[in-house]
Amino acid sequence: MNILVYLEERNGQIRKPSLEAIGAAHGLGGTVSVAIIGSAPSAVIDQARKLNVSAIYTASEPRLAEYSSSATGCALAAIAKQAGADVVLVGATGRGKDLAPRVAIRLEAGYVPDVVALSNEGGDIIATHPVYAGKAQMSVKVTTSTKVYSTRPNLWKAPKDSATSEPAIHAVAVNFADSNFAEQTKELILSQGKLDVAEADIIVSGGRGMRGPENWPLIEDLAQAFGAATGASRAVVDAGWRPHSEQVGQTGKTVSPTLYVAVGISGAVQHLAGMSSAKTIVAINKDENAPIFSIVDYGVVGDAFEILPALTAEINKLRGH
Amino acid sequence: MNILVCVSQVPDTTTRINVAADGKSMDPAGVKFILNPYDELAVEEGLRLRDKHKGEVTVITVGADSAKEALRQALAMGADKGILVKADKQDSFQVAEMLAAAIMPLNPDLILLGKQSIDFDGMEMAPMLSELLNLPCATVAVGLTIDGTTAKAEKEVEGGREVISLTMPCIIAAQKGLNDPRYPSLPNIMKAKQKPIQEIVGTPSAARTAIVGMTKPDKKRANKIVKADGDANAAAHELARLLHEEAKVI
Repeated sequence: MNILVYLEERNGQIRKPSLEAIGAAHGLGGTVSVAIIGSAPSAVIDQARKLNVSAIYTASEPRLAEYSSSATGCALAAIAKQAGADVVLVGATGRGKDLAPRVAIRLEAGYVPDVVALSNEGGDIIATHPVYAGKAQMSVKVTTSTKVYSTRPNLWKAPKDSATSEPAIHAVAVNFADSNFAEQTKELILSQGKLDVAEADIIVSGGRGMRGPENWPLIEDLAQAFGAATGASRAVVDAGWRPHSEQVGQTGKTVSPTLYVAVGISGAVQHLAGMSSAKTIVAINKDENAPIFSIVDYGVVGDAFEILPALTAEINKLRGH
Repeated sequence: MNILVCVSQVPDTTTRINVAADGKSMDPAGVKFILNPYDELAVEEGLRLRDKHKGEVTVITVGADSAKEALRQALAMGADKGILVKADKQDSFQVAEMLAAAIMPLNPDLILLGKQSIDFDGMEMAPMLSELLNLPCATVAVGLTIDGTTAKAEKEVEGGREVISLTMPCIIAAQKGLNDPRYPSLPNIMKAKQKPIQEIVGTPSAARTAIVGMTKPDKKRANKIVKADGDANAAAHELARLLHEEAKVI
């Protein structure tokens, strides 16, 4: 089985979800190659050499100095054909979730988005895809000969730099159409110094129980102690206390962090759907009958306004701050 | 401006999902179906652009007769007419193909849709349509401005926003934050009943994926509850100890 993994880069570095996709590829077994596409892909080739892959395919195009999903999809499909890929894996990032379906259409391939598990059962690949924001999950088999999947971040281990042999490097010439550049990414504006809830390993979320936006420093202090991102329930986003980008739940972000701390969140079905795949779940709530307590690993029944500062101090102590 | 909005019908967010007897699908018994919340943003954006630039808003969906209800909700918000592509659908590739076939002869100036439908959460429809219709596309859009033959979209990505420039016509997939969708007024709900819904028969290609099973997550949780009982410091200390020594997450 030939598996091709797309390597997404940001600021000259291969992004972690792409490395995790290599981890997923090794889990399936087979020959693993990677694709690097950009205006000057040579910048990340050296990083890719250290990965344990058998080949590196590159496509270089000056117009890709301004990222285009359409052009990148065109190039990745061309590379998949040249590499004879049976499986194409793309990390399910903001860009990856646009890219993978394009490749599926171009290769006439079945596609399963945002998979959380991939297994090879006697040659049949079974992909697990959460649906209804994680309230259920589907096992899906792709029935076309070429198969495309995007893999959810934070679930597979990135391979260690352990290349034992030098991978073969192939530069692929791609026939782009002008229409591939009808969309161009002009700039990426990063929110300064803020961890994104969708990518964070630890999340501290606040809900109605925080009583008002003026009390958010308590959430932010605990988040800082953990090195966590801050999240919010739908109720507080709808009330305008916190930005949409922080909302966790069915109409917000679906997250799978190592640790999720819900403070003053009662636990509506749509919120639980967005975070129930977290490895460890903690809730702090005044109401011991709050539904959130039914799905936690650890819960504290008590006043968040007293517990948060005390917990922040404890975590700072543990982490040696 | 000829604006087309693709919508879908999904279970309400308060729904508790149960697996049907076939072991592969959701049991629809007792489930309330709604217009996909992200599609409401797309309809709203379409209405605002129509009011600014003149023209009309057409809403389209693929599904059974019952999917007309989602079209009626969009019409009640103010869309002008609806199209139902009647078909059984097994995967998103088929839906994209049937939508593309129905959209192609309409030559819309702008195609809007929600960034994802909250049933299968795949986020694949906009890029698939982009490929099939050969039109540029921006997804997860929290900002959109149209200036003659170009559009500028702000896409929410991990840790920030991308500014994407697109030539018109184009496809935009809406994210929360793009606008605040209106609630349909009672007179508009009544008016929507008179608005035309055209029916087209869709012909799906062979499915490219097969669902093997559907299950509900059954992760076992430690479920240890500490009661503060007035001693917040002791409770915080115990929680920190559990996270450190037992869960080993810090």
